[in-house]
Amino acid sequence: MRVSVSWLREYVDLPADLTPADLEQSLVGLGLEVESVVDLAGTVTGPLVVGEVREIEELTGFKKPIRFCRVDVGDANGTGELQEIVCGARNFAVGDRVVVILPGGVLPGDFAIGARRTYGRNSKGMICSAKELGLGDDHGGIIVLPDSSPAKPGDDARPVVGLDDVVVEVELTPDRGYQMSVRGIARELSHAFGVPFRDPGLASAPAGTEAPAYPVEVRDPVGCDRFAARMVRGVNPAAPSPAWMVQRLTTAGIRSLSLPVDITNYVMLELGQPMHAFDADRITGSLVVRRAVAGERLTTLDGVARTLVAEDMVICDAGLSNSTPAAGADAGVPISLAAVMGGESSEVVAETSTVLFEAAHWDPVMVGRTARRHRLFSAAAKRWERGVDPALPLVAIDRAVQLLVEHGGGAAGAEILDIDHVSSPTPVVMPADLPARRVGVAYSPDRVAALLTEVGCTVVTGPDRLAADPGEVGVAAGGAVSFLVTPPSWRPDLTDPADLVEEVVRLDGYDRVPAVLPVAPAGRGLTWQQRRQRAVARMLADQGYVEVLSAPFVAVELADQLGLPADDARRRAVRLANPLSEQEPVLRTTLLGPLLGVLRRNLGRGQRDLALYEIGTVFHPRAAVGTPPTMGVEHRPSDAELAAADAVLPEQPRHVAVVLAGEVEPGGWWGEGRPAGWADAVAAARAVLAAAGIPEDRVAVRAVEQAPWHPGRCARLVVDGAAVGYAGELHPAVIAELELPRRTAAMELDLDAVPAAPVRQAPVLSSFPPALIDVALVVDVDVPVAEVQGALVAGAGALLESVRLFDVYAGEQLGAGRRSLAYKLTFRAPDRTLTVEEAVAARDAAVACVAERFGATLRGV
Amino acid sequence: MRECLYAMSYRNDPYDPKQVALLDPAALAEAVATAEAAFAAAASPDELTALRPAHLGDRAPASLARREIGALPPAAKADAGKRVNEARRSIESAYAARAQVLEREQAERMLVEERVDVTLPAARRPAGARHPVSTLMEQITDFFVGMGYEVAEGPEVELEWTNFDALNILPDHPARGLMDTFHVAPEHSGMVLRTHTSPVQARTMLTRTPPIYVICPGRVYRTDELDATHAPVFHQVEGLVVDRGITMAHLRGTLDHFARAMFGPQARTRFRPHYFPFTEPSAEFDVWFPEHRKGAQWVEWGGCGMVNPRVLRACGIDPEVYSGFAFGMGIDRTVMFRHGVGDMRDLVEGDVRFTRAFGYGA
Repeated sequence: MRVSVSWLREYVDLPADLTPADLEQSLVGLGLEVESVVDLAGTVTGPLVVGEVREIEELTGFKKPIRFCRVDVGDANGTGELQEIVCGARNFAVGDRVVVILPGGVLPGDFAIGARRTYGRNSKGMICSAKELGLGDDHGGIIVLPDSSPAKPGDDARPVVGLDDVVVEVELTPDRGYQMSVRGIARELSHAFGVPFRDPGLASAPAGTEAPAYPVEVRDPVGCDRFAARMVRGVNPAAPSPAWMVQRLTTAGIRSLSLPVDITNYVMLELGQPMHAFDADRITGSLVVRRAVAGERLTTLDGVARTLVAEDMVICDAGLSNSTPAAGADAGVPISLAAVMGGESSEVVAETSTVLFEAAHWDPVMVGRTARRHRLFSAAAKRWERGVDPALPLVAIDRAVQLLVEHGGGAAGAEILDIDHVSSPTPVVMPADLPARRVGVAYSPDRVAALLTEVGCTVVTGPDRLAADPGEVGVAAGGAVSFLVTPPSWRPDLTDPADLVEEVVRLDGYDRVPAVLPVAPAGRGLTWQQRRQRAVARMLADQGYVEVLSAPFVAVELADQLGLPADDARRRAVRLANPLSEQEPVLRTTLLGPLLGVLRRNLGRGQRDLALYEIGTVFHPRAAVGTPPTMGVEHRPSDAELAAADAVLPEQPRHVAVVLAGEVEPGGWWGEGRPAGWADAVAAARAVLAAAGIPEDRVAVRAVEQAPWHPGRCARLVVDGAAVGYAGELHPAVIAELELPRRTAAMELDLDAVPAAPVRQAPVLSSFPPALIDVALVVDVDVPVAEVQGALVAGAGALLESVRLFDVYAGEQLGAGRRSLAYKLTFRAPDRTLTVEEAVAARDAAVACVAERFGATLRGV
Repeated sequence: MRECLYAMSYRNDPYDPKQVALLDPAALAEAVATAEAAFAAAASPDELTALRPAHLGDRAPASLARREIGALPPAAKADAGKRVNEARRSIESAYAARAQVLEREQAERMLVEERVDVTLPAARRPAGARHPVSTLMEQITDFFVGMGYEVAEGPEVELEWTNFDALNILPDHPARGLMDTFHVAPEHSGMVLRTHTSPVQARTMLTRTPPIYVICPGRVYRTDELDATHAPVFHQVEGLVVDRGITMAHLRGTLDHFARAMFGPQARTRFRPHYFPFTEPSAEFDVWFPEHRKGAQWVEWGGCGMVNPRVLRACGIDPEVYSGFAFGMGIDRTVMFRHGVGDMRDLVEGDVRFTRAFGYGA
């Protein structure tokens, strides 16, 4: 909302020397979101004067019609001669007074004006629109001063158009509807500067009369708990809105439409009370205020035909017969979507002379739902949703009627309608020392009472009352006083003691809250899972992988692209009701989809050798999906309820994955590069388990067939016999489908499935010399190395210290389907130097075990 | 060899000057001079070593001369022995001196010959990197863990109850709708992608008893299209303290301390009143950031406030006994202003050129 300081000054005695910076600071300090504070006086420099158009010559032959004007600018141009100006606007006539900037002037945006030749004529200056002057967004034409303006040609135009003012634009927080008005901002400024405030919302206004201004029936006093109306008859339909009103509306970004409509908008800006002006002659019967019947239709002022639902509130013309059967015989036809937007059929038009002003009070929840449902976030709806003062309708009606009678003639009807079901605000009990205890500033009870009174509350000291109803905060310690605080009508947000605490600290100043560091009890540090995740992340980065944090949204088709079997659990995914993209409506069940997407994006940007990793959550829906139990907020739900609710949530294990493409070690001055492959993926998986603290002897690798990996190049990682993930080269079909580089490799582990690292026991180190023996075993190629090695270890016995495969060889002399595995065996005893015989015996035992299990023969024996 | 052994096999009783010519002083001096010249001519330790047998070996002149001493009459023995030993010592020391010179020369030559260009690229594997959001999240976590806080975590697909209801975000709050929040299908499943890490706070209060000092880092989701300043997936860190006698001053003290740890000793915070359903009083806070790319300035950093007693009650904590504060800030946003990131998409898209620039240091 944009308002000028001059308007605010009508209600609050701001310091005369108030600077825009002070103004901004004080509003921010009170919690208003200030978009901008602009001193308009500084926005246009140089000669900006009133001119009177004397001659208009229409220029033709250009792309658009152009006018060459001679304008009387008095003595402002130094000669007193008519100023020659070319102008593209057409909304003015000879005799109109306009705003002229002469050469030497500068418009907002550093737009310097000079004399120049254009459209074949000399143009010495410019006739300005409101937008060009930075006064609003209306670029419908140049500013034409109303007849009521006393300005003469040559006068400084700044005060005439409001360029001597300061304009404040504020956004509002969701709970403070009252701030969305001149009334509310002026109130806040009175707090900030400690200056008097004259509340226009408390102006005296005539009460409702016995006889209604117009027959109105409110059928739903919950949706509409107040409805006031008054008629003005005999209004001059041609009467223009006064210049100052148009100017203030323009500043606020509201276009001037007609005097009655401008008045409703003006009163809304001033008081915060949204209003509506009906053309009473276009209503045929009495008004009925009710809920809509589902399917009823209404064309709102924005020209949109809307289908209503049963929750919307409507104002109906009972003189029209409703074609919706469910509406009932006397339901009338909707002519206004209550609180949100009026309808076309009853709006004020050019001929309107009988105006019915309506000011009501609507249920904020209803308005919010209606506005969202119809996507109609009108200025009125925004105010209703944040809360409008229910005490305002008669004040607003009176203000509007007086403005209309003053500027549009006509006579106010004697009857005033006021259907009032508003309940009075509920008092809040608060210990007087609660603000001090919650904020940490020693506010005295008197200070608390004074600040709450300042925001409009009625504060009564009442220990008796508190004893009867201690409320949630309890009786203050030490017999301190407590307050019974009745919030003002415009503060529906003040319902709890905590709300009052906020008002106290807000007015006293957030900047007065001291900084005190609380001392936490001794903590236990990170959990082992948290430490493990860090170790894994750090290790992968250290090994050359680049971390990715990808979005978990994926396409349903991804499962096909990855070649997942029909019964694969990873096909069952959590689906979103409102995905950002209909192409990606489900949450990932594997990190690989999004991670490969990032890989592809990097390839597309010119990278060739890539190693990426991600640690993140995947989502698996529960087999039997229900909905969580309904749980209130008045007290803690039971453990059983919470458990039942959590049982509905998907499983969300934390995974780690890597993908590799191109060369894992690029070629260089040292020699050839090494392409990434299945082994790098398996190594990464093993490294993750090592970083997780799992001893190597508890990790096993098994060849398996698992999508999306190459069936012959996929390893299952097993810890203590349980699978924790897979690694290897991707299936060529997946690589083709996803357009990845050949031999792209990947690994994915379920970190949550990896057990905690054990406390490792120290080895006993022998200081006796080792016995080193090499053996080359010839076995069938389909015997996994891991099993050969297992057999060696099992057969060698306790003397074996380490075993290392140092060569793999296949050749014709070994025979087809056989290969030679060369191992270096290290034997050592803890208590003696081994004899050659002992070492050889251990070796023979190891070889015998492999021979027995896999038919291995010693090569060269 | 044979001849030599034979020569020593008999006594030279009838003195034969011919046979002891080697003991002649001039001959010995020549042997020394010859050896010294030969050694000096040796160009390498290997060449020098090759000369050793000829001048210090068994058949070297000085060695042969020594053998002849026995053949001398006793009176001449002492004198001859002295001369031979002197000659031999001279040759030995000439050899040693030359050897030292040559070895030093060779060592120096090797150092020159083995010189490499140490500016050649040393790393054969390209460097990896951690995402700056992860790094900062850990840094923030460590700061609070150092103060005694613990790290709480929770699910990303969350109950509407914990994400909204428990936090006093009422059923008609606009933020709950499909416009702002991802809902799990069907629309009324009661599950959403958490819109903040605050449900972790609720879960912490539901399962622990005060005193509670926790920090909740994590991923959150909102239905914003990805652009330069918004992302549908981003990261937050929130802090929660619930204890006896906790005040807004404690909140301020904590955030000031945190700000200084993150942004240097000049940093401080500024509170502005604001509205959040889950805190009352509530504030937005700015941080004075001296190192800002565009000069020292206030930067909007996050939201905070005193935990709304309604939230405490819904989570089973007695608001008459305990009070608490909570605060939260966007990690991605903090990375952006702290590191001068101009476009949110750089944090999301995973371009390795971006992430590598942050390395993987602490």
